[in-house]
Amino acid sequence: MSYSKELIDHYENPRNVGSMEDSDSTVGSGLVGAPACGDVMKLQIKVSAEGIIEDAKFKTFGCGSAIASSSLVTEWVKGKTIEEAGEIKNTDIAEELALPPVKIHCSILAEDAIKAAIQDYKGKVADADKKQDAAE
Amino acid sequence: MTAKDWTQNNPLYLDYQATTPTDPRVVEAMAPYWNEKFGNPHSRNHHFGWEAEDGVEIARAQVADIIGASPKEVIFTSGATESNNLAIKGVAKFYGDQRNHIITCVTEHKCVLESCRALQQDGFDVTYLHVQENGLIDLDVLKAAMTEKTLLVSIMAVNNEIGVIQPLKEIGEICRANKTFFHTDAAQAVGKIPLDVDEMKIDMMSISGHKIYGPMGIGAMYIRRKPRVRLVPLIHGGGQERNMRSGTLPTPLVVGLGKACELAQKEMAAEAERLHGYSQKMYEGLKERIPEIFLNGDEESRIPGNLNISFAYVEGEGLMMGIKDLAVSSGSACTSASLEPSYVLRALGVEEELAHTSLRLGLGRFTTEDDIDYAIERISKEVNRLRELSPLWDMAQAGIDIKSIKWAEH
Ligand SMILES: Cc1ncc(COP(=O)(O)O)c(C=O)c1O
Repeated sequence: MSYSKELIDHYENPRNVGSMEDSDSTVGSGLVGAPACGDVMKLQIKVSAEGIIEDAKFKTFGCGSAIASSSLVTEWVKGKTIEEAGEIKNTDIAEELALPPVKIHCSILAEDAIKAAIQDYKGKVADADKKQDAAE
Repeated sequence: MTAKDWTQNNPLYLDYQATTPTDPRVVEAMAPYWNEKFGNPHSRNHHFGWEAEDGVEIARAQVADIIGASPKEVIFTSGATESNNLAIKGVAKFYGDQRNHIITCVTEHKCVLESCRALQQDGFDVTYLHVQENGLIDLDVLKAAMTEKTLLVSIMAVNNEIGVIQPLKEIGEICRANKTFFHTDAAQAVGKIPLDVDEMKIDMMSISGHKIYGPMGIGAMYIRRKPRVRLVPLIHGGGQERNMRSGTLPTPLVVGLGKACELAQKEMAAEAERLHGYSQKMYEGLKERIPEIFLNGDEESRIPGNLNISFAYVEGEGLMMGIKDLAVSSGSACTSASLEPSYVLRALGVEEELAHTSLRLGLGRFTTEDDIDYAIERISKEVNRLRELSPLWDMAQAGIDIKSIKWAEH
């Protein structure tokens, strides 16, 4: 099986590796996959007051395609609104990296990771609003 | 370090359990049998047939010799897969109306397991013994599984994934006491450890050419004459190989297998000692540079040319992509869509998440000390790089138990 240049580049030089403080209310975290299945992705986004993703970080346990998929999406989500980021499709990821059919699940996982991070962020915002309402 | 520049297209071969390069001396021995001594070894009427037959019979003696058998007890097949099929199904078909119980074990090669499954379809009872955490069968469990209906016990000599050596002599004794035939798949054992069919009370043995620096497409089966083991052939035809395996023998391949056995017998002791030193060095070197790695399979009862190691928190296939200049094999057969980790590692009780992090490193005749140094450096560098990318490694460092998290299995 030979992999695309794009995939290998992301695997060898992954972008945006790292972690952000989960306790930060502007950070949304998604943790998807399972160790027993051989892949786990952690994807975090930092969102501005205007709803724009200013920064993204990831860590992934998995095969080269899983690492590359998550690295790619951290690049893609930066500068997007959370609505735009939520529209990224696994097929776009699979196409960009030319994933072989047996690796399509890696792109699905990456899509799930973005969605999970966005949801986590929205949850934090809703909690903060509720607290504010209660305080008023 | 004086190691060569290994690359993706010219990687360092560390997969000697998958196959071995044919030894140049074997290639040389085979050479004349392609176009000079090309006769049909079964032609009785002329010189061409006789010289080919001589080549075959010398090879038969060489194969017999390395396992302490008589040449009359050795037949040639296409490989260990065929030998295993023939031994298991052939004996079952011959004796099935007297005894219909077979015992094997869950870590056997697929060709043994699938042969047994096929017999289950025909009404045979098959017991699949579990193995202990070290990969070895428990002899008391074997004894307890034996009944007066037990026709055959088929337990491999050396496991292809984890390299552990089963207690053959003890198994042989238990079988003989019950008048049960003992078959062993010795594809990974011949030439690696001393084998003696009489001392180990082995009734049938499967041998493969390409695992012992011989050619692919050839193997042999040992079948005991006293007390005699009889079987129904799988391949019918001209009645070659004492009616047990019809078809014209491929003389060059047979000669190659014989030569490979001769060389293995001569060089086994020295080679084993050298490889033992290398694998120790490799394991120690990796342990020194990478915390939390685990050797799969018994530490003592194993062949010297195999290390199966779990590199916790780093997925095996991802790791292999980073060390493409090393030809190794991953314990997680995740190339298929199934994402199932190795059934052998699972049988040892290795947790699925750890099984996904395993590599099989196979050393052999042409491995050098420089190769070991090179592999240690490359693997440790890549494992440590990928751990920096691993959320599981982060959690472990933060003292979070991975099992305490509710994962969404997909
Ligand atoms: C333990 C064991 N048995 C059987 C086989 C099959 O051998 P062959 O390739 O000669 O059919 C192999 C090799 O894959 C093996 O490792």
